[in-house]
Amino acid sequence: MPLLEVGRRTEEPSLSDWLEHWRIDSWLLVLLLLVSGLGLVVLYSASGHDTDAVWAQGKRLALGFVVMVAVAQSPPEWYRTASPWLYGVTVLLLILVLILGDAAKGAQRWLDLGVIRFQPSEMMKLAMPMLVAAYLHHRLLPPSIGTMSVALALVAVPAMLVMQQPDLGTALLMIAAGGFALFFGGLRWRWIIGAVLVVTAATPILWHQLHDYQRGRILTLINPERDPLGAGYHITQSKIAIGSGGLFGKGWLEGTQAKLDFLPESHTDFIFSVIAEEFGLIGTLFLLLLYLGIVGRGLVIALRAQDTFQRLLAAALSLKFFVYVFINIGMVIGLLPVVGVPLPLISYGGTSAVSLLAGFGMLMSIQTHRKLLSN
Amino acid sequence: MARYEPLKNLHREKNLFSSRIAVGALVCVGLSLLLIGRLVRLQVEDHRYYTTRADENRLRVTPVPPVRGLIFDRNGVVLAENRPAFVLDVVPEQVEDMPALIAQLGGLVQLTDADITRFEERVRKTPRYRGVPLRSNLSMEEVARIEVNRHDLGGVEVTAGLTRNYPLGVSAAHVIGYVGGISEADLQRIDTTAYQGLTQIGKAGVERSQEERLRGLPGAKIIEANALGRPLRELDHRPGKSGQNLVLSLDARVQQVAETALGELNGAVVALDPRNGEVIALVSKPGFDPHGFVEGIDVASYQALLEDRSRPLFNRALQGQYPPGSTVKPAMALAGLEYNVTDPEHREFCGGSMQLPGSTRRYRCWRRQGHGWMDMVSGVMHSCDIYFYQLAMTLGIDRIHDAMIQFGLGDRTGIDLPLESTGLMPSREWKRRTRAEAWYPGETLNIGIGQGYTLTTPLQLAQMTARIAMRGNGFTPHVLRASRDPASGTSIDETTTGLPPVVLSDSRHWDKVIQAMIDTAHQPGGTAYRVGSSAPYLIAAKTGTAQVAGLSQEDRVARSLEQTPLHLRDHALFIAFAPADDPQIAIAVLAEHAGHGGAVSGPIARKVMDQYLLGEVRFESPPPVVPALSRPTPRPTPEPANATP
Repeated sequence: MPLLEVGRRTEEPSLSDWLEHWRIDSWLLVLLLLVSGLGLVVLYSASGHDTDAVWAQGKRLALGFVVMVAVAQSPPEWYRTASPWLYGVTVLLLILVLILGDAAKGAQRWLDLGVIRFQPSEMMKLAMPMLVAAYLHHRLLPPSIGTMSVALALVAVPAMLVMQQPDLGTALLMIAAGGFALFFGGLRWRWIIGAVLVVTAATPILWHQLHDYQRGRILTLINPERDPLGAGYHITQSKIAIGSGGLFGKGWLEGTQAKLDFLPESHTDFIFSVIAEEFGLIGTLFLLLLYLGIVGRGLVIALRAQDTFQRLLAAALSLKFFVYVFINIGMVIGLLPVVGVPLPLISYGGTSAVSLLAGFGMLMSIQTHRKLLSN
Repeated sequence: MARYEPLKNLHREKNLFSSRIAVGALVCVGLSLLLIGRLVRLQVEDHRYYTTRADENRLRVTPVPPVRGLIFDRNGVVLAENRPAFVLDVVPEQVEDMPALIAQLGGLVQLTDADITRFEERVRKTPRYRGVPLRSNLSMEEVARIEVNRHDLGGVEVTAGLTRNYPLGVSAAHVIGYVGGISEADLQRIDTTAYQGLTQIGKAGVERSQEERLRGLPGAKIIEANALGRPLRELDHRPGKSGQNLVLSLDARVQQVAETALGELNGAVVALDPRNGEVIALVSKPGFDPHGFVEGIDVASYQALLEDRSRPLFNRALQGQYPPGSTVKPAMALAGLEYNVTDPEHREFCGGSMQLPGSTRRYRCWRRQGHGWMDMVSGVMHSCDIYFYQLAMTLGIDRIHDAMIQFGLGDRTGIDLPLESTGLMPSREWKRRTRAEAWYPGETLNIGIGQGYTLTTPLQLAQMTARIAMRGNGFTPHVLRASRDPASGTSIDETTTGLPPVVLSDSRHWDKVIQAMIDTAHQPGGTAYRVGSSAPYLIAAKTGTAQVAGLSQEDRVARSLEQTPLHLRDHALFIAFAPADDPQIAIAVLAEHAGHGGAVSGPIARKVMDQYLLGEVRFESPPPVVPALSRPTPRPTPEPANATP
């Protein structure tokens, strides 16, 4: 090593320098990698030692992380400008899905682009909070009735399109994402409370709007014995899996409920039951802690964000992520009706992981493009 | 709050946002606590409940049937065993075209319509992945034919199981019995947990009476099954307990000799060891093939067995009730001596018939021309009816009844086989109870020669004979000698149950009567002389002929034996024990409608005794022509009948 090189950094660039350079938030990265890694480990067990499935999921997650890093490279302003276009294109795609969508499991959700099949509704989960945040960015906050009405319409149009598919889970998450942007923008409490009252009052009407299978799921939630071999079977077997896991679990690959096919959808929507069976309460609490860590980090980024768009987007995406977690776990443990919401980053399936990680890419972009002086 | 502000108030907006973030964070934490609370409830509080539910989900307990105990005779000859049997199973889920497969199988093995109907019925009730039996008891050739064609018989399996086999076939079937499918009636009385995995149960004979010992206890396999119920692996195997092997006191060789000796006749032979009550042979003819029941008898064959007029399923040795005839005379003589109403030297004159005082009814001796002066020994030896009419009158029905029941007549012996009959030893009290009538003195006479109401089973007669042989000492007859546990090798001998002895005031009474029975077999003129005269050992015997109800006196007078319809002919009886000076076997023979005790049943008894005592049969049966002298001659007796020798 030459001694005379004064003034130059003598150390090699550290890992944090490297991460900073690529605009990666190390907190989020570590937490997301932990959750994804745990997901692959559990998937191996839940899929019945299917290495092909684990490999496929690993590739999807890797793609997701690449997308995340790529998204993080562009400054938030770019996304603000792009959001109307993204929103518009996605709405068109949703209409397209309804017209010529590929029917899977009796619902039209997929668009076959030849190369890949993907769900435009997944994209809308990102486009929705982006557009609402961008719209509010230029308005006075808290929003006026007019502002709010426009924002609500922006939420309602794609939500209705998705409901037509029908995909209640995704529609709920979309409404949540848009709604959270409004909420963090300062939506008046009286309107929030009013909306809750209106929805409550409209419940009987909504009840009739639901499909028979959706109604069945809600009735089954109240009384799983209603249909022990049908809709109630999922919930009953899921509770058996979770409850029999106990405090410390039966051990990795030792869960019998999934392995012996008692637990349906064990590697997709009900994968949390497998974690609970094999790793016990310790495992579920650890996972919940990881998720809360991710949400917490997202909220911190939102607090530190430098303009309205960034704040609202960061906060809405974080809360939407939490709603994901809450609905999936809530449904698996019999607290909520069964709606098709995957456990983020763990359930088998690609589109949701990629769109989620793209969202975290935006959070990282918001975090790493701050100009400290301007504050 | 609805103030209009033309410019963005960044500071205010930030405060608003911060408070909303705080609310959002609180909501997240609150909802998380809700999830955690629920998880704690499921995973900690209700953990035990859900663990049980999970195990119920996956664990299937499959019973492992125990191996049924074997049955041997006293010399180790196998009487009942378990034979490997091949069963043809078809797994429906692996079969694409079931009718075609069945047609194909029909070309390889014999398939009846009943097989196919039963199979189709079972397929509907069984999970599709489980094999359903199509045919049982495949021959080795059929197994081979299936194996050769295995490659295009998808879903077909040949499994080996055990089926009950009786090597002696018809022989001793009444004693050994058989196993058969568990019926609805069986289910009512058995403990079904002890029959898990078992399809058969002892139905008759030793198979039934020793069912508990033979059966053993089922074990269990704990199988892990998936959500479809398909078994995946065995987690635990708890072996059951094999049934005990039984050794019977029966001597298969003696049994077969007795069966052969009976020939075409229907009847029963019971041979006991008088020293302990062990049954050496117990024959009831006609017999039946027990295998018909094991393999599941069809309705038609069973109906045929039930409706067969010769009643092959009826165990004559212990269910059949016959008048004992003159075989009761030795016991009558003992009663006379014991009650001190006569002495051995006392004589009666037999002129061929007698009358009761104040009655015109004539009671005849079987020998029309009479026996002349008879004492006790000659009365037994010649089986003189007049002598025993007189003795019966003197004794009276009450004392006769009391004496006879001491020899076990009219009551079950308590043998360890099912369905024994009681027989009947009538008494004054019995007649009042059943017929509401007083006892008539004339009836006592008939009882005195073993006729009238008296009914005994061949087993009771054998037991009575054994008691006389043992001078009053009696034992409960039994066929089970020992049981052996095949796992530990321990053997338990059955204990012999002694009965309260018949104690006489003077033991010389025994000598006298036994001597009379020896003379019956060995003195010229004795009714069993032709049976006993050539024997290398001493025989004590008594013949008997039992009248079959239904034949009128007119017919009896008019017809000879040959002219009497077969089903109305007299039953031939014979009791004996030998060697008379060291009794080792006591025997009773009953040949239905054979006419004459000494001539027909005696030789059968002799062959059995030869086989048992000498190890071979030396006795040649005389030609079945009944000698004129001892033929039961037509008698003009008006009322119940008399016995012949």
